[in-house]
Amino acid sequence: MSADDAVVDVRDVHYAIGRHTVFTGLNVRMRRGAITAVMGPSGTGKTTLLRLIMGQSVAQSGVVQVFGADVARLARPELYRLRRRVGLLFQNGALLTDLSVFENVAFPLREHADLPEPVLRELVLMKLQAVGLRGAAGLMPAELSGGMARRVALARAIVMDPEVLIYDEPFVGLDPISMGVIVRLIQSLNRLLGITSIVVSHDVREISAMAHYSYLLSEGKVVAEGSPAELNREQQDVVRQFMSGTPDGPVPFHYPAPDYFEQLLQPTDA
Amino acid sequence: MSGVSQRRSMALDALAKLGSVALFLLRVLGQCIPVLARPRLVIAQIYNAGARSLVIIMLCGLFVGMVLGLQGYQLLERFGSESALGVVAALGLIKELGPVLTALLFAGRAGTSLCSEIGLMGATDQLAAMEMMAVDPVRHVVAPRFLGGFIAMPLLAAIFNCVGIYGAQLVGVTMMGIQPGTFWSQVQGAVGLRDVNEGFIKSLVFGAACSLLAVYEGYHAEPTAAGVGLATTRTVVTSAVLVLLLDYVLTAAFL
Repeated sequence: MSADDAVVDVRDVHYAIGRHTVFTGLNVRMRRGAITAVMGPSGTGKTTLLRLIMGQSVAQSGVVQVFGADVARLARPELYRLRRRVGLLFQNGALLTDLSVFENVAFPLREHADLPEPVLRELVLMKLQAVGLRGAAGLMPAELSGGMARRVALARAIVMDPEVLIYDEPFVGLDPISMGVIVRLIQSLNRLLGITSIVVSHDVREISAMAHYSYLLSEGKVVAEGSPAELNREQQDVVRQFMSGTPDGPVPFHYPAPDYFEQLLQPTDA
Repeated sequence: MSGVSQRRSMALDALAKLGSVALFLLRVLGQCIPVLARPRLVIAQIYNAGARSLVIIMLCGLFVGMVLGLQGYQLLERFGSESALGVVAALGLIKELGPVLTALLFAGRAGTSLCSEIGLMGATDQLAAMEMMAVDPVRHVVAPRFLGGFIAMPLLAAIFNCVGIYGAQLVGVTMMGIQPGTFWSQVQGAVGLRDVNEGFIKSLVFGAACSLLAVYEGYHAEPTAAGVGLATTRTVVTSAVLVLLLDYVLTAAFL
């Protein structure tokens, strides 16, 4: 992958929240026009990586470049200009609760584009049709199921025709049908519109089906990278454990704790 | 930690908070002008903070005026000057009770609603989502609410005053038998533009203070249920103390 080809380039990033170290020398690159997956056990900082890419957090050292610009050095107006080119799908949808589904999708257009009402309506209905929720345009977010809210959020994320779409755990809590719909949507958005996609997830099967390139994070850095087939062939214990979903391996299932037996025998628990 | 260093760190915390509120005020003020270009956002908030507080403001104004009528009449009767009831009620309300009580009610009714609304928007990632859509939440959410509160507060205080004076008249004239002509001519003779200005400026300052505190606490609330609850409580308590403190300062300044 050449440097010019990378839309997002994360180089040697160190990041800590208080005393908790999240990244120690993280290197990740997302290629233009590809679906890149970022996988890893819970708590490995996948969402933190997104925050660094979107300029919400700043790394203590290292460089995060998006479209060739160092995100940490951008002033607010420049950062906002950059964000107009990037769509982000939140884990919970993050719809604006006082606006209807239609107005939620129309929100970025009303804020950034001075469009005549009929054009705006056509655009919004087109995006809602793409996610299968044109009929729900008049509903309020409180009336939607979790999967529907995520699809509305996706319509909102693509309404400005972004060059990059970032999905934060798009499959969590979805039924198999909604999950299949979202997988197909991500693929078709990527294929038809050429949108560069970054998918943060730990659903190995769904990711394997669609990602062109995957990164596996663990303990603050990339432990494996490559196509899903390459990751499946990887021999490292941590990769094999994650890809096959077994509780025993280098990644502990239990949060660090004192000895179970001793704790049960203690009269009071501090 | 020793007592001295504890007090020192508390004082430093308070100063840091004051600085942070002042910086936030500058950021909000910077966004107020672009927001004025979209009056629909501000009008909706004037409706929220103002029109929706009308019932409680009018009810309280009426009762405060009636109590003022009763107490004032009792007191003035001792000196045989019950005809001056109009002066006592009108000046007391316009200069002092109107702005202060309206501000306290405003903090309880509109301030809490502003704070918890913004706090919940933060807790449910709505503010972050706006940031990600390159929309500044301070411009879209905070500034219209601040302006709405700032504009609504003097209007509410004016309505409180009017209803209050009517309440005093109700007691003084209808129940206690003061001549209506006497009551109103006393009001007309005693209340000058300076008194109205004093009340108006007070209500502007209180409106700015209460609205700023509410949006600040909401915007900086911890994104949890307990965090939003705590921020709402802090809004009311700090607003109440600040309003009374500012009232003393302003009253002293107008003397």
